[in-house]
Amino acid sequence: MKTFLAFVKKEFFHILRDRRTLLILFGMPIAQILIFGFALNNEINNAGLVVLNRAGDYESKQLLAKFQNSTYFNLQDPVFTEAAIEQAFKDNRAKVALIIPLDFGKNMQAGNEQLRIIGDATDPNQAQTLVNYAKAIIADYLQQKQNTNTQLPITTAQPRMLFNPELKAVYQFVPGVMGLILLLVSAMMTSLTIAKEKELGTMELLLISPLKPFHIILGKVAPYWVLSFLNAVIIIILGVFVFGMPVNGSVPLLLLVTLIFSFASLALGIFISSKANSQLVAMFLSMFGLLLPTLLLSGFIFPIENMPLPLRIISNIVPARWFIELIKGIMIKGSPLSLLIKPFLVLCFITVVLTIAGIKGIKTRLS
Amino acid sequence: MEVVISTDKLTKKFGDFVATNEITFEVAKGEIFGFLGANGAGKTTAMRMLCGLLKPSYGSASVAGFDIEKQTEQVKQNIGYMSQKFSLYEDLTVKENFRFYGGVYKLKRQVIDQRLNEMLGNLGMLNVENSLVASLPLGWKQKLAFSLAMLHRPKIVFLDEPTGGVDPITRRQFWDLIYEAAHNGVTIFVTTHYMDEAEYCDRVSIMVDGVIKALDTPENLRKQFETDSMDGVFQLLARGTSTK
Amino acid sequence: MSALPYIIRKEFQQIFRNKVMLPLLFVMPVVQLVVLSFAADFEFKNLNVSVVDHDKSTASRLLISQFSSSGYFKTEQFFNSSQQALVEVEKGNTDMILVVPKDFEKDRKTAKPTQVQLLINAVNNQKAGIASNYAQQVLNIYNKRNMPQFASSTNAVMPLQVTFSEGYWYNPTLDYKTFMVPGILAVLVTMLTAFLSSINIIREKELGTIEQLNVTPISKFEFIVGKQVPFFIIGMFILGIGLTLARLIFGIHIIGSPVLLFAYCAIYVVAILGLGMLVSTLTETQQQAMFVTWFFMVVFILLSGLFTPIDSIPLWAKAINVANPMKYFVEVMRMVMLKGSGFSAISTHFGVMALFAVAFNSLAVLSYKKTN
Repeated sequence: MKTFLAFVKKEFFHILRDRRTLLILFGMPIAQILIFGFALNNEINNAGLVVLNRAGDYESKQLLAKFQNSTYFNLQDPVFTEAAIEQAFKDNRAKVALIIPLDFGKNMQAGNEQLRIIGDATDPNQAQTLVNYAKAIIADYLQQKQNTNTQLPITTAQPRMLFNPELKAVYQFVPGVMGLILLLVSAMMTSLTIAKEKELGTMELLLISPLKPFHIILGKVAPYWVLSFLNAVIIIILGVFVFGMPVNGSVPLLLLVTLIFSFASLALGIFISSKANSQLVAMFLSMFGLLLPTLLLSGFIFPIENMPLPLRIISNIVPARWFIELIKGIMIKGSPLSLLIKPFLVLCFITVVLTIAGIKGIKTRLS
Repeated sequence: MEVVISTDKLTKKFGDFVATNEITFEVAKGEIFGFLGANGAGKTTAMRMLCGLLKPSYGSASVAGFDIEKQTEQVKQNIGYMSQKFSLYEDLTVKENFRFYGGVYKLKRQVIDQRLNEMLGNLGMLNVENSLVASLPLGWKQKLAFSLAMLHRPKIVFLDEPTGGVDPITRRQFWDLIYEAAHNGVTIFVTTHYMDEAEYCDRVSIMVDGVIKALDTPENLRKQFETDSMDGVFQLLARGTSTK
Repeated sequence: MSALPYIIRKEFQQIFRNKVMLPLLFVMPVVQLVVLSFAADFEFKNLNVSVVDHDKSTASRLLISQFSSSGYFKTEQFFNSSQQALVEVEKGNTDMILVVPKDFEKDRKTAKPTQVQLLINAVNNQKAGIASNYAQQVLNIYNKRNMPQFASSTNAVMPLQVTFSEGYWYNPTLDYKTFMVPGILAVLVTMLTAFLSSINIIREKELGTIEQLNVTPISKFEFIVGKQVPFFIIGMFILGIGLTLARLIFGIHIIGSPVLLFAYCAIYVVAILGLGMLVSTLTETQQQAMFVTWFFMVVFILLSGLFTPIDSIPLWAKAINVANPMKYFVEVMRMVMLKGSGFSAISTHFGVMALFAVAFNSLAVLSYKKTN
């Protein structure tokens, strides 16, 4: 035990002495969380709108004034042909086009007019959203115009947004960025450190020491575990104080979950290094192999429930998925562990499996 | 006597640390010039400046008639270098390594192949032509590295501790290669730890703490310091500074 | 005679000799393109709705069935109180709670306006917005269908009306994969080339082989270019495979000029390689090089507009984004491939990328020092 502690201490000093790596370890995640926390947004504003106004009458101008006032749209110079609309789409000047027919105002009374709204559906989500915004503006305009005092016996909705009344995108992105950054940084760090020792042959030196392989790996990982955890805490603090993330649930639970996730990420790194024969391969696997899959299959950006079944199954083994779910549950919803038992157990399970697989892989390679 | 290396107060500082302190010497054509010193005495730094890998802080030097600062690329055309760190590509075969470096020196393919054949023949290693460098024993790799440094027929070859970590027999063979090269008029500039190797040199300089403390033929040095071996000379010089 | 062909040959030999790395280089991007493109879909279907029906009348049941038959919602769970339903939201089993008030039917019959309550899980703000939007549409239909009996009695004048037709150009079926495949391909090509180039020089530094090269009369330009050519070829090759797969698997055809697309990609890959080389010359270890590359990649990807809209990012982020090569590349890929934009539409993109290519590579050549 004493030799083990001495070993851990040595590893720790080794890392602390490397200023540049420390700067990378802490500086980059902080910079990223700040950039993405502020910049990532799924709101659609200021989308370019071109109008082909064939009517040019009072009503159409009123309607356009409404569009002008909305923050969703940014009215471009008017066009006069449909070909010009196409050109505007191709030049990326416009995302939506509105075609107002001749006799717009007159026909409004007759009830037989067709406005055409065209979305640039290269981005289908954006196009649909914008078309819906446009429809809402038109409906709003109609209601004003109608100036009915007669109450219609209609059913309306009174929506209440739970947990996130202002519909802040930060609630969606901060946990995601946390999961992504923590996983990648930890996995890259450990996989590289061990791969480097293997490449330089220093791993063999450690092996002839009285330490057991398990202890060697633990000793290598322990300092990174502490650093990753610190990193996570800093990111959480930033999330709370800079981006207004709530902490509605239990703080000890939050820290416990973070601790487990950090370990899972490090274990993933060990696992990768056990499969890699050089730093190059370790790097490629931990960067190329983890970045996009984590980004896309963790629910960070795209909802898992929308995915086809095979991908939903694959997403179960993405550690960040469960971490993000837990973080959202604890911080935003304030759920107790009893409600989060599934993601919690899955995360623990993944951690155990990765740890065993990693240590086994390293052992067989060494012996 | 034709001088091929000459330095004048050549100095390199890293921050406050003076690695090489105003060294001045000359090396003649065809000479085997031994550059001795303890670890950190400044040998490698001096050699790296002469090869154009490091810029001097001040002072000047010329190699093969070219100024090391202003005509670095011409210097490089005329020298061969074998670094301490083993520098053949381990994941390439012997032939691939030679063809690559030959190409870098703009040699023709036939010329490269012919010289490679000649060299491997001399080494008795013809069968390794298509072996991966990684699969060869250290001694072989070092002989190959020397041959590679000689591939473009340089006027001067710089060898930075070329025999580190190999057995005495291989070292002996390695020095045979050096003698042969010197015999053909190539100037050899070699750093070493091994004092017995110093005896093989035409002239030897001994560096201590960035300064050349002694420079002469091994015989004259032994006389001057009144010992019977180069090791004795070195001990005296090194101890002399450590008690200062 | 130039040393260039020898450097290129050597790099290729090394790439093809690494039997672990080689399959990874080709398999990883292809698998990720094919698999991950399916993951990117914002279209929410079958949102889970828990119903709390305080009225339990014909009218309320009609409303509920309107929700479940809309295609947007699944109404499988019924609760007696909102509290009970809320637990399901917390567990993540329910996206929205629909609460129908008491006397719903009575009020409707007496032509009073009625209001249902929607409690929406807004942890995912986008999903919540969409759920609310869908619910509104369902209610509109419900109102329209159940209106006539009142309309005849209360309305003397014809109400003003505007009808719309909606059109979705370039992607009429609103297929998300059409949008994502070119973007993901762009990311994969970028990561691959950036990774290879940023690790390359630093690897020679760590192994010590760079010393041997630095004492040769090799020119810095030849050195950098010679190292880039193999990676350039690999990058373009992967791009070609990707575009072929996009066509075969996802049915995405290049609407614009393929020549234009490839020309742009070529300049882009040169720019990225230059950036990678620059990182490689400025760092000391492979670890540092990789982390710096990783940092840039993540920033590039997330600000490229690939996954999230970037029209409304703050000004300072827009300023950063001016220097984000991936942003231009993703835009061009989508414009040329999906919309058939011509050269005039992307001439600025061309200019900017050419500038990047020249700048990054010049900096790489300048910062690579044969003599320290």
